[in-house]
Amino acid sequence: MIEIREITKAYDGLRAVDEVSMTIKSGEIVAVVGTSGSGKTTLLRMINRLVEPTSGAILIDGRDNRDLPGHELRRAIGYAIQGYGLFPHRTVAENIATVPKLLGWDRKRIDARVDELLALFHLEPAQFRARMPHELSGGQQQRIGVARALAAEPAVLLMDEPFGALDPIIRGKAQDDLIDIQRRFATTIVLVTHGIEEAIRLGDRIAVMDKGKLLQFATPAEIIAHPATDFVAELVGSDERAFRMLSLTPVSDLMEPGEAPGAPIDASASLKDALSEALWSGRRALPVLRDGAIVGRVTRDSLISRAGRPQ
Amino acid sequence: MNMGVLLRLALLLLLVAFLANPQAFEPLFAPFAANGAAAIYTQSSLLSLTVSHLSMVAAATIAATVVSVGLAILVTRPSGREFLPLSRSVANIGQTFPPVAVLALAVPVFGFGPIPTLIALFLYGLLPIFENALTGLASIPPSVQEAARGVGMTDTQRLLRVELPLALPIILTGIRLTAVISLSTATIGSTVAAKTLGEVIIAGLISNNTAFVLQGGLLVALLALFIHEGFGLLEGALTRRTRSVQPA
Repeated sequence: MIEIREITKAYDGLRAVDEVSMTIKSGEIVAVVGTSGSGKTTLLRMINRLVEPTSGAILIDGRDNRDLPGHELRRAIGYAIQGYGLFPHRTVAENIATVPKLLGWDRKRIDARVDELLALFHLEPAQFRARMPHELSGGQQQRIGVARALAAEPAVLLMDEPFGALDPIIRGKAQDDLIDIQRRFATTIVLVTHGIEEAIRLGDRIAVMDKGKLLQFATPAEIIAHPATDFVAELVGSDERAFRMLSLTPVSDLMEPGEAPGAPIDASASLKDALSEALWSGRRALPVLRDGAIVGRVTRDSLISRAGRPQ
Repeated sequence: MNMGVLLRLALLLLLVAFLANPQAFEPLFAPFAANGAAAIYTQSSLLSLTVSHLSMVAAATIAATVVSVGLAILVTRPSGREFLPLSRSVANIGQTFPPVAVLALAVPVFGFGPIPTLIALFLYGLLPIFENALTGLASIPPSVQEAARGVGMTDTQRLLRVELPLALPIILTGIRLTAVISLSTATIGSTVAAKTLGEVIIAGLISNNTAFVLQGGLLVALLALFIHEGFGLLEGALTRRTRSVQPA
């Protein structure tokens, strides 16, 4: 659990982060979203003390993050950034092993951990261990960057626009991988992004920041349905909100018994995908597929009624 | 193996052979010797002069490297940033001061011998290394710096494990410049009784013996060539390994 208590960072009197308080639960993904200059990166960097706050405190699992020297604190917190910051003079394995090495793990344990992480990120260990960063594609560099951040099994992972430089298809894949890994290790993730799309897709809760202030901190559904301020409403975008709402729920939630013609849709697909498919193929209902068997159907009318503002 | 490598190898063999047995090359230099004077310099052994010349250059270059890199590290730390202009001036003055003037000023204090030459070479060698070390340390990508802090390296660990290794190829370029410049500059040390290859050239100039001037000059030129090449190979190998990450 990360408790942020009235944290403020001022540069020459200007408040980059202005009395922000929020509590991040263990094992959740919190997406901090805002425009550039909103203070979201400064807030993130105060958690691992790359930036020291002007006032306020941050408690991680009940302990003030100033109890330890900064470098020791940072070894216990994963940190992945835009541009990845891989060490160009070190191999992929050495990059991933950075924090375990700083912590003094023995050789065998480090090697095993490196191979485990490479496999987890779908990179064949024998093939990638000895490569240099400049020999990797952008998507591979990104994965090595996250693998390095996770190497010492941190309970908290901080990410600053980690997918910003990826093309849309690879980004989607990387986001799925991140969700998988988060479910697996129950890592608490604080992720900074300027894209509300990414925040809605990844965040269990979303923190919206503007001009150093925390405007709203709530679930994606709440943010879309009841934006706290005009700025939040604008960020969510009024023309897209019906579809954003649908994108939050899987088809299985609206499934009903019955049959429908045509190609089925997977139960784990979002309602947005289902509605899109129903409109595109001109069908009033779609069969729903789960584990290879048709288990019911979802109707276009129910999809449309779900797209409206929640009461 | 291409022509360039063969040529360098041949030159290297020639250099070694000449130093091992200068007299064997007597017929080559004889046409340049004036009215039957000796064609090969024999007052001191050419080998011992070469060794002494190289040691002096090495000592001055190492000292200049230690001081320049140390200064460059100091002024790129947050606490030392204010010393940047001062360090720049010191290195610049070292470069603008002609080595001959340094010799003239140092001799009355330290007397004849190798010390004035070492001082001149040291001062003259500061600037290229300092400027290159500064460039190298300043050109480390911000994302790499940020990551080095983010993973929890201490300041010293960041310097030793990330900054210096990444700046090394550029620092080496500076050391190479200094070494090559010192190699030629060291010849004037012989005017104040430092044992360098300049002795051969000066003897040739005094006695009007072109053969001496040629062999002294050629030796220095070849040595400079090989030092240049050697550093070049080292830098190339390092740069290939550390080529910067190209973000997608």
